[in-house]
Amino acid sequence: MKPAPFDYVRAESVEHAVATLAAAGSDGKIIAGGQSLMPMINFRLVRPAVLVDINRISGLDRIEDRGKHLRLGALVRHRMTASDAVIARDVPVLHAAMENVAHLTVRNRGTFCGSVCHADPSAEMPMLTLLLDGVVRIAGPNGEREIAAADFLTGSLTNALDPAEMVTAIDIAKPAPGTGWGFAEFARRHGDYALAAVSVLIERADGAARNVRVAVMGVGEIASRIVPAEAVLEGREPTAAVIAEAVAALRDDIEPMSDLSASADYRRHLAGALAAKVIAQAWERAA
Amino acid sequence: MTDPVSITVHVNGTAHTRRVEPRLLLSDFLRHELGLTGTHVGCEHGVCGACTVLIDGRSARSCLTLAVMADGQDIETVEAQGTQEDLGRIQRAFRDHHALQCGFCTPGFLMTIADMLRHHPLENDEQIREALSGNLCRCTGYQNIVAAVRELASERGPIE
Ligand SMILES: Cc1cc2nc3c(=O)[nH]c(=O)nc-3n(C[C@H](O)[C@H](O)[C@H](O)COP(=O)(O)OP(=O)(O)OC[C@H]3O[C@@H](n4cnc5c(N)ncnc54)[C@H](O)[C@@H]3O)c2cc1C
Ligand code: FES
Ligand code: FES
Repeated sequence: MKPAPFDYVRAESVEHAVATLAAAGSDGKIIAGGQSLMPMINFRLVRPAVLVDINRISGLDRIEDRGKHLRLGALVRHRMTASDAVIARDVPVLHAAMENVAHLTVRNRGTFCGSVCHADPSAEMPMLTLLLDGVVRIAGPNGEREIAAADFLTGSLTNALDPAEMVTAIDIAKPAPGTGWGFAEFARRHGDYALAAVSVLIERADGAARNVRVAVMGVGEIASRIVPAEAVLEGREPTAAVIAEAVAALRDDIEPMSDLSASADYRRHLAGALAAKVIAQAWERAA
Repeated sequence: MTDPVSITVHVNGTAHTRRVEPRLLLSDFLRHELGLTGTHVGCEHGVCGACTVLIDGRSARSCLTLAVMADGQDIETVEAQGTQEDLGRIQRAFRDHHALQCGFCTPGFLMTIADMLRHHPLENDEQIREALSGNLCRCTGYQNIVAAVRELASERGPIE
């Protein structure tokens, strides 16, 4: 199908983009990489009155190393995230996850911030943003604000933005040195959206797991942290029995949906199996 | 403002200025406005890869790009790779390895491979298959496409 008609504005600056969105009321839409929005526009599932193109705004295509965290600007493409040397060194869990995101041609265009805004329940970047204490930086008609990723991701394909706001960057925390990490996903074909994925961070102190983080995707409305599974592991040595306990807590906590690709039961089983694998992996890597 | 917008797009080295509706896809701009029908359209939602072109030297889905977004940019389509009488290097490898049957997917593969040969390690079959994973072919079973890329990667040279 072809898109329904819309007006097109190429934003010169963040202020210009926000002003254009504000003037459009609730009918404006930002386009970044277009790798999720364009299919929806082509199918007329989304019919914006005004499309605001942010691709030519300068300064947004940077990954900034800010010491304890990294700042990913709104035009950081998947290709850049996947190949960034600082991310590979300091946030290996994100580096590993990016290899599973789509295909190289899609990665040339798609943006990290666009993926988090799109909030697909089966997308890697919202999950990683939650795992890494992400903070979403937002510009709007009344200036700037920041909100935690957990408050930004409100549900499947929805976020906490007001219609006249845009995301300018997302900050992700670098895990403490020595933090063990694990990431695993299952997709029918490599590069397709996954049926389920799990990511884990674990610090090791005196033979026990500390600051445990467990995040999942594909098994609910939107990616989420699994606090009950983290609580099981916290302060204990993740032996096989303890991991089994954490997996049970995880399976209990999630509410996967049945769809054409997999049943809810299968997704629950899969998430548990992946979690067992990556918890052990993260513990192994923790120093 | 859904009125036509004037854009200038550089396609295969030639500047084309047209007035287009904002909703016109780059794929349709190339095919219908410029008559460059080498770029094929399969799914129009980013899945099949048949519409792949190069935008500023990197592969992109032309069905997920608006023509207005390409204003001022350099687009390369399969027509730039060669002609029937004088095939380009990637096209020759496809012919030599029988890497196409119906040919519908072929322009997308050729453009994807042009990007991959320039920018990606293609040191083993796994990397080659990964590089091709965004393009679908219903005929060949992929083996011969992989064989063509293997040869191209082993003797990386100028990409025509
Ligand atoms: C074949 C194919 C396979 C894919 N496979 C995967 C996969 O395995 N995993 C995965 O995670 N993704 C996958 N994707 C999606 C891809 O990662 C997208 O790039 C990403 O979801 C959206 O980023 P974008 O920059 O393209 O956003 P767009 O498509 O431009 O926008 C998406 C949404 O976010 C909004 N938006 C974008 N940027 C901003 C901003 N700065 N501020 C406010 N709102 C904004 C838009 O208005 C729109 O609603 C796939 C896509 C395709 C076509
Ligand atoms: S037509 Fe563009 S990816 Fe299928
Ligand atoms: S040759 Fe027919 S689809 Fe690939």
